[in-house]
Amino acid sequence: MFKYVLKRIALMLMVFLIIISICFVLVKLLPNTPATQFGKDMQLIEMRREALGYNKPLIVQYGIFLQKSLLGGNWGASESLYVGQDVWDIFISKLPATMLVNVYAMLFSVPIGLLLGIYAALKKNRWQDHLISTGIMVFVSVPGFVTAFFVQYFLCHKLQWFPMQMLPGDDYFTWAMFMSLVPAILSLGFGTIAGLARYTRAELCEVLTSDFMLLARTKGLTRGQATVRHALRNSMVPIFPMIIGEFIGIIGGSLIIEQIFGIPGVGPLYIKSITSRDYNFYMLLSSFYTFIGLSANILVDLSYGFIDPRIRMGER
Amino acid sequence: MDIKNIPVEKLRFVDRNEFISDKKFETKPVSYAKDVWRRFCKNKSSVVAAVIVLLLILFAIFVPFLCANKYTESLTDTTYLQYTKLLPKNDLCVKLGIDFWNGTKKRTVNKNEFLYFGGIEAETGYTVYTDIYKENYADNSGSTNTTYYDVREDVYTKNGMIYLTLTEAEFKAIQEWQNETGVQVIFPAVNTSSFKLKSLESDANIWYQCDQKGTPQLDKDGNYQALYKKSGTDDGYNSLRIEGDDGSYRYAQVGGTSEAKSYKVRVFTYTYFQYRYGFEPSFLFGTNAKGQDILTRLASGARFSLLLAIGISVINLFIGAIYGAIEGYYGGVIDLVLERVSDVLSGVPSMVLHSLFQLHLANKVGPVWSLLFAFVLTGWIGMASRTRMQFYRFKHQEYVLSARTLGAKDGRLMFKHIFPNAMGTIITGSVLSIPGVIFGETNLTYLGIVNLESSTMTSVGTLLSGGNAFVSTYPHIILFPAIFISLLMISFNLFGNGLRDAFNPSLKGVED
Repeated sequence: MFKYVLKRIALMLMVFLIIISICFVLVKLLPNTPATQFGKDMQLIEMRREALGYNKPLIVQYGIFLQKSLLGGNWGASESLYVGQDVWDIFISKLPATMLVNVYAMLFSVPIGLLLGIYAALKKNRWQDHLISTGIMVFVSVPGFVTAFFVQYFLCHKLQWFPMQMLPGDDYFTWAMFMSLVPAILSLGFGTIAGLARYTRAELCEVLTSDFMLLARTKGLTRGQATVRHALRNSMVPIFPMIIGEFIGIIGGSLIIEQIFGIPGVGPLYIKSITSRDYNFYMLLSSFYTFIGLSANILVDLSYGFIDPRIRMGER
Repeated sequence: MDIKNIPVEKLRFVDRNEFISDKKFETKPVSYAKDVWRRFCKNKSSVVAAVIVLLLILFAIFVPFLCANKYTESLTDTTYLQYTKLLPKNDLCVKLGIDFWNGTKKRTVNKNEFLYFGGIEAETGYTVYTDIYKENYADNSGSTNTTYYDVREDVYTKNGMIYLTLTEAEFKAIQEWQNETGVQVIFPAVNTSSFKLKSLESDANIWYQCDQKGTPQLDKDGNYQALYKKSGTDDGYNSLRIEGDDGSYRYAQVGGTSEAKSYKVRVFTYTYFQYRYGFEPSFLFGTNAKGQDILTRLASGARFSLLLAIGISVINLFIGAIYGAIEGYYGGVIDLVLERVSDVLSGVPSMVLHSLFQLHLANKVGPVWSLLFAFVLTGWIGMASRTRMQFYRFKHQEYVLSARTLGAKDGRLMFKHIFPNAMGTIITGSVLSIPGVIFGETNLTYLGIVNLESSTMTSVGTLLSGGNAFVSTYPHIILFPAIFISLLMISFNLFGNGLRDAFNPSLKGVED
């Protein structure tokens, strides 16, 4: 197992390096407009470019990038978004808002999703199941921004329960701030609830009809006992990794929801870095998203093995 | 009887003359395709979803043709800006007199506003207030200086007047049209000399005596007191005159040189629309913040999304099937290497990929092609892994072995023998990938990473993000695209699931 984990991590790092290298080369090939924040003096700009190493050959620049940014953690200064400020600092200051919204969304949606899925599986093919399944289908298919629109229109505008946008400032743990986050949490949560409930229902339905459940009932366990002790535990095997994967996704956050509800998180920063061509931000955030995606994958795979010892990953 | 010693001559064939063969089946043989079709039809929800998908596709194909008119075709028209954010109007609801979907809106206005828009109604004779629920009441929660009215106003006529500067030919053309149809477009010029504020002079809706803030001053019967211009010349206006005109009103302010005269006229946006585009303004889905007809924009956006999605899934089907077939058929080292390649590609986050493509390729080949390339670059991986699984499943079966023994080459084995068996999964896979592509495309255009907006083209995502600023004031701008995309996604998913169950009944109920 340990060997397998090591192998996976090594492979992941390799893939990460390849992607980042491709990214780096492609970004460097783009026309790099000289930063004009130090005035229009071409000589000054040229000096600055020289100092930052922009005039060196690509391969040397790549070496500097690997050494300074990837290993040293110095990702340079912002060129156009937050002129002159350190990219890494800005990124770190944006992270809490993203994490907060997503943690709330997870805390709210995981239990509900699980419960709905379990309930639907227990009531299979009855009206409760049909109702929940229809809801699941709708919320799995409907894109997040549509849900966000309906939440914003009905809850924020018509009923006026919540403000339309997240409150400004960084008092993240006040009641007013929480209330202003609720629409975003709801919009994020519906999709997760639906996905989780669908998965749980399908998994549990399969387990409930398996032979060992019949055995459990014949042994004399009541339906409740058999369900909780045998069916649920077994059905959790594939569901748990999924939840773990979602938790990793928290850090990545949701680009669109953050954009709509004005959450000062990482998502809008990334989009702004693309539209305003701030390459230092772009490199940092691209590496960040790539890393998050790859490590989520790995964690999901590995957690199968930890949860259910019968599953040996990587075996033939 | 002694069985052991039966004499030979006593033995005879039971049915020497009959030809023994299996009985023919009395039922008709059911082919695989027919079986799939039967199973699919059994699933009511997927059939309904398939019908909806078909309707939406027809909508996307035909609406841009059928609803094309002078308004939607005049793509760079600046007069669009006069007709922004008009509410959806359904002629059926107007006829039936239902206060819903008829281009009207319930609103509470204060007295000044009430009189201001009432002025349009008084001058043109077109109804602005289709309903007045509560008149002239004091509201303590509001301002105490004014009284309020609960009204239902028609946003199409409420648009009111604008000033236009016309050339002589245009001026003449409008007059001719007025004479032909008897509809008043040009209204008399206003004598603005008594206005204190400059902003009042440029407001074409004020044609009456008012105080310095623009509040109408009514006479003792409650009528507006007209302030039409009677001096000067309007040179060449000999068309319809408004009611109560004794011939002294001037209809244009003439400027420019004597060779190229310009006519500044007050036109009523509602009838001017009729003159210019040949029909009364009425938009089934309303207009957006740029004044474009949402119905046709949505349909052309949908057409683009569907075309892109179907195109991409066909390309992915080809690449993925060939790649997966090679992986699965040869296995071993080839499989290992090819798998690593797709591993690396699938590790690239889609946002990073798309933004890179947009940064690099969009200037060279246009945003559409770079979008397509970006989708294709990682899109085929799912298809390849699906095909690979199928190939692993079938390649050791006896029929493949016998075909190989008979001397079939690799290519023939792959695409003639194994591939048809994997067809079901592959088709289902490509149908199910279509909503994914539409979702991705909508996301990217919504976020503005990909910009497809032009006068002839748009996408559903752009329409949605364009309406985002008006969620509370004009929700219809975002509502119709939102409904469309939701309906499309739901029905595509249901349809795909039904197809999967039909092709592989053993997978029924298993999600993904």
